[in-house]
Amino acid sequence: MLQDRRVPFRASGYNPQTYGAISLLTLIATIALWQLAASQGWISTQFASSPEAILQSLRNLYASGELWEHLSASLQRLAIGWVIGTITGIIFGLLLGLFSIARSSGMALVSALFPIPKIALVPLFIIWFGIGEGSKIVTLVFGVFFPTVINTVAGVDAVPRGLIRMGQSFGLRPLSIVAKIVLPGALPSIFAGFRITTATAIVLLVAAEMIGAEHGIGAFVLQAGNLYATDDLLAGIVVLSLLGLCVSFVVGQLERVLLRWR
Amino acid sequence: MSDVALDALERRGIGLSVCAVSHAYRGLKALEGIDIEIPPGEVTVVVGPSGCGKSTLLGILGGLVAQEAGEVVLHGDPGADCLNPLTYVFQDFALLPWRSVAGNVSLVLEDHAMDKAARAARVAEVLALTGLTEFADAWPRQLSGGMRQRVGIARALAVRPAVLLMDEPLSALDAQTRDLLLDEFAALIARTGVTTVYVTHNLPEAVRLGHSIVVLGRRPGRVREIIRIDMPLAERRPDDTALMAIEQRLWALLRDDAAEAARELA
Repeated sequence: MLQDRRVPFRASGYNPQTYGAISLLTLIATIALWQLAASQGWISTQFASSPEAILQSLRNLYASGELWEHLSASLQRLAIGWVIGTITGIIFGLLLGLFSIARSSGMALVSALFPIPKIALVPLFIIWFGIGEGSKIVTLVFGVFFPTVINTVAGVDAVPRGLIRMGQSFGLRPLSIVAKIVLPGALPSIFAGFRITTATAIVLLVAAEMIGAEHGIGAFVLQAGNLYATDDLLAGIVVLSLLGLCVSFVVGQLERVLLRWR
Repeated sequence: MSDVALDALERRGIGLSVCAVSHAYRGLKALEGIDIEIPPGEVTVVVGPSGCGKSTLLGILGGLVAQEAGEVVLHGDPGADCLNPLTYVFQDFALLPWRSVAGNVSLVLEDHAMDKAARAARVAEVLALTGLTEFADAWPRQLSGGMRQRVGIARALAVRPAVLLMDEPLSALDAQTRDLLLDEFAALIARTGVTTVYVTHNLPEAVRLGHSIVVLGRRPGRVREIIRIDMPLAERRPDDTALMAIEQRLWALLRDDAAEAARELA
């Protein structure tokens, strides 16, 4: 004989949340453990330094003005390289997304050039553009350009054709269709690209600065490494990490404002 | 819907002639020899089974599908304030999710030389007409399906259309919203007198709105019959026996084709 049973709830899980307190505690615990390991001699401070020493190094760099000297050089390169790469990438992406001939020829080139590790091109850019700012900026532009093109094309492809047909059915001018339908429709994908290209740009910035730069966080880190100054080296890495976080925050805020309709 | 500025939207005297229109997709005949007169100020409903080419015909009327043969001729002067003589209302609303309700309605107006105040006045006018005034700043995602279609109607009316081309505008909505909106469409069309071509597979909608009902057969789509209903839209009720008889007649005309289409689609 069948018995009465309560129907169990079976749809729990598979919906992970982020708890801010746990995230913060994990970060603090990691730093505390590192500090403990360094102060107890479990790890050699010659190789890994300690959070306290890194903080002291950051203070010294800030007080001497050296931090700003390196950071401003890096920020300038990052801003110029990223902005040029992004603007040209979006323009090319739109052309490739909208026109058959541009897509047929352009995608072949993009597919061929995109997989090249951009760091491998730094020596070539130095030969072409000299050891100065030109080669570093071009490295960043090159690294930002291709992912931006690819994400813009994907974004244009993702714009519902029905919306474009709507614009055409209302007799909108082609430029209006691009500016008011295609570009805003592609923006979520373009922004997804920004998250990749800002991270890529920081990687390439450091690489380019490690090859023949006097100022810049990359040059500073390399110099500290050559001198076995692990405090300074790790302080430089902390600055890069904070730089990455700040850039990601700015992109996130821009996304919140420009894509608030989602 | 509100009575505000209905007079400003009145547009009469614009008719359409569909002359010997044929179309094929990759060699497969979709429409063949379609001849229809769409009288000014009337609602012409096109019904037919799935795949008979109803939406293709509407696309040809709206210039979104290039027909293989025949022509579509617009009769009369749409007037200087008409910004888009043949204006679509889409089945899936086709609203821009990144624009507010008012932004969607003003989209087309922004493309024309119109000062800001005149544009704002026209947007306010059609929002009032479609009962959307208090939702002017809402995003489309915040609206129900019925409200989104009202935005589609408001956007269409804002350009002072000569002919409204409505492609199954209620098919994405639930039955209750559909009934409510159908009454509003009927009232709005009756009051404005805008020439309308309305494509649907829903026969109660057809008899509720149509002055002429064009029945298309399938593969290729040909005009099987054109049924006139002279009863004014305002007097039509769902339980009217004359309308129910027309609905039954339409179903008798379509039943075999619809069954065949269902078997093919399955």
